Amino acid sequence: MDATVTPPVVTARKRPFRLPTEANIFFVLVGIALIFEALGWATRGESFLLNERRLLIILLQVSIVGLLSIGVTQVIITAGIDLSSGSVLACAAMVAASLAQTSDNARAIFPALTNLAALVPILAGILVGGIAGLINGSLIALTKIPPFIATLGMMVTARGLARFYTHGQPISQLSDGFTWLGNGGTPVAIFLITAIVFHVALRYTRYGKFTYAIGANVQAARVSGIPVARHLMIVYTIAGLLSGLGGVVTAARAASGQAGMGMSYELDAIAGVVIGGTSLSGGVGRMTGTVIGTVILGVMTSGFTFIGIDAYIQDIVKGIIIVVAVIADQYRQRRRKLA
Amino acid sequence: MEATMTRSGPPVATLPFLLELEGVRKEFPGVVALDGVRLAVRRGTVHALMGENGAGKSTLMKIVAGMLAPTAGTIRVRGRECSLASPLAALEMGIAMIHQELNLMPFMTVAENIWIRREPINRFGFVNHGELHRRTQELFTRLNIDIDPEERVESLTIANRQMVEIAKAVSYDSDILIMDEPTSALAEREVEHLFAIIRSLRAQGKGIVYITHKMSEVFEIADEVSVFRDGRHIATDLAANLNRDRVIELMVGRELTQLYPKNEVPLGSVVLAAEDVGVDGLFSGVSFELRAGEILGIAGLMGSGRTSLAQTLFGITPATHGTIRVNGVAARIGSPRAAMAHRMALLTEDRKQSGLFLLLSVMENMEVAVLRDGFTTSGFVQRGAIADLCERMKTSLRVKTPHLDETIENLSGGNQQKSLIARWLMTKPRILILDEPTRGIDVGAKSEIHKLITDLAADGVGIIMISSELPEVLGMSDRVMVMHEGRVTGFLDRGEADQVSIMRLASG
Repeated sequence: MDATVTPPVVTARKRPFRLPTEANIFFVLVGIALIFEALGWATRGESFLLNERRLLIILLQVSIVGLLSIGVTQVIITAGIDLSSGSVLACAAMVAASLAQTSDNARAIFPALTNLAALVPILAGILVGGIAGLINGSLIALTKIPPFIATLGMMVTARGLARFYTHGQPISQLSDGFTWLGNGGTPVAIFLITAIVFHVALRYTRYGKFTYAIGANVQAARVSGIPVARHLMIVYTIAGLLSGLGGVVTAARAASGQAGMGMSYELDAIAGVVIGGTSLSGGVGRMTGTVIGTVILGVMTSGFTFIGIDAYIQDIVKGIIIVVAVIADQYRQRRRKLA
Repeated sequence: MEATMTRSGPPVATLPFLLELEGVRKEFPGVVALDGVRLAVRRGTVHALMGENGAGKSTLMKIVAGMLAPTAGTIRVRGRECSLASPLAALEMGIAMIHQELNLMPFMTVAENIWIRREPINRFGFVNHGELHRRTQELFTRLNIDIDPEERVESLTIANRQMVEIAKAVSYDSDILIMDEPTSALAEREVEHLFAIIRSLRAQGKGIVYITHKMSEVFEIADEVSVFRDGRHIATDLAANLNRDRVIELMVGRELTQLYPKNEVPLGSVVLAAEDVGVDGLFSGVSFELRAGEILGIAGLMGSGRTSLAQTLFGITPATHGTIRVNGVAARIGSPRAAMAHRMALLTEDRKQSGLFLLLSVMENMEVAVLRDGFTTSGFVQRGAIADLCERMKTSLRVKTPHLDETIENLSGGNQQKSLIARWLMTKPRILILDEPTRGIDVGAKSEIHKLITDLAADGVGIIMISSELPEVLGMSDRVMVMHEGRVTGFLDRGEADQVSIMRLASG
């Protein structure tokens, strides 16, 4: 068969330069920011963008949902879904907080386990997330139930576990070493570094190739020798680990653990992913899009507050924008198919 | 012959036409599926359509049933020209199709399925279930069908579902009924029942178009027979004027027009052997040997078990019986992965469904099978090395694409197929299974793929080639294995195989 592949003519023709698909969504981000800039001058006579503190707060606010959406992006690329990320975050936050308490607290959850090195609660929280993700992945890959159902079950169960853990009591007085994770720009740094790591993983590693292949055509992936079940378990476990990390950062930032943390974050994370151009039917999507999509949601929240629109109307507009983003995406895909 | 004896009433040739097609042409991207086809179906007759797989029968009937729009041509129903823009439009013209793949809703009752969209409504706007039941019962009595109208379709046998489909088609009071291989899932007794229904419909003056591969049925039920080949109408005649051999001749009749680049290659040792291999419910008792450098053709009609056999050899549906030996050693092939470890490769039958990653690039489609065992350094893909290999594949297989990053969806069928072949050649297989390697691709790409298959055999790869195109099987194979309804019905050597002998074995 080598006879057919002998000519080593390497005419590495590059594809002509095209704007990456994220460019569209980036322009949307810029557009939205400029609208708020204009509205800011019109209604309050001050700049929306030229305010370092506000920009930092926007990034801080998106960094936690952003961590979730990094995992959710990968899950959605495999044509799956993860509804459990917000609840798993709460579970991880509770466990991490309970192991991060100082001995100053007379009613610590584990009096014998106070003043531990910060690394212990951090790893414990991430581990809790990883276990939840592994359960999600095993259910989906081995029992073949739809990801929607598996992660819906986990969403309800994990929220229950978070409440059951302290019977609803918040956990407070956490060590400085632990809360450092939530200080200043640290959450933002964690978010961006994680995003870069998984951007590279998706684009340049076998892990990424398999993830896209499974989402694009699971049958063809199986026929091509890809270990589909094992790979799905890995993807959901990674999503769980990231939810765990999100929980750790949330607890550190609030210097407490509360069972209600991360409520409906899973939907914000999915919204960010979808706005970022990842297709819910799988096989398509990039981390850069997800980061931009998440930031768009953050800018909108901050912008609406800035120009003094009340929270209820914010939700109404947010909902509409999510739907419009997906319609625009579908339209774009259909046009591409016709071309 | 028999049919003409059981027939009563005026001679066929005097009956008026219900449905007339003229000059019908249908193009799909890169393929002409139908060209200048005509067909005329008379009132009160059964008109059989015969032809090999891919002859265009099903495409033609989809046009008549309003599921596909013809590229050109005229359709007349009861003498009036009309356009059949949708299945609904066809129904309104009195044309109903009974589908090869059943189109019933499993979780609804039989009665609900039959009268869907036409449910009797009471004066409050609710569905009148009593009336629904009564109408269904009446219909079943007329057709002599014994099924409970309240039964849910999911709990019916395949044969009974088929009966429901037929009852549904009849319930439209259609003049023209199209049946696409209605007996493929039926046992003999059920076939008799179906034929009784068809005869009574014929007596009521309906025109029935009957697509089948089964020769015996044609002479039992049909009044007229039309034969198609390669998207063209070849002949129409009274069934009474035809016989089995004549029909086979018309179906395969062409000369070997394309030249197949088959070289005689000295055969090596046995690389793959199947001993009494079977999968429950799919096929059984398959035994054969494949030698290095040999091209073993597998012929058979749809449903003969050829594709199931290929999937079993490659571990997609592992064998439940028998032994598969690779290079003389018994091999447990429980997954595609295990098959690949034995240096096997499978080009699947359905490019879109189980081959292509349509949304991904040409390169991503090519590289996917080799990533697990090479071209990675601690998980990172060696982009340079793999791009070089893909580029060489693209050049040697002449994949026409502007660049490897192009989305594969934008390539022609032939170039998509070449990309998939490249995917498997990159794994350097010793046993290559090709299921319909040239289906739906243009002539140029076809002969390039044939050349490639010959070259691979010359390099000592053992090749199994499944094809519905008899000339291809005959032109390329050293030996032909013929299957029929899950069993091997015979082997023919290159010298003794011809289209007629294959068709005889393939139609049982």
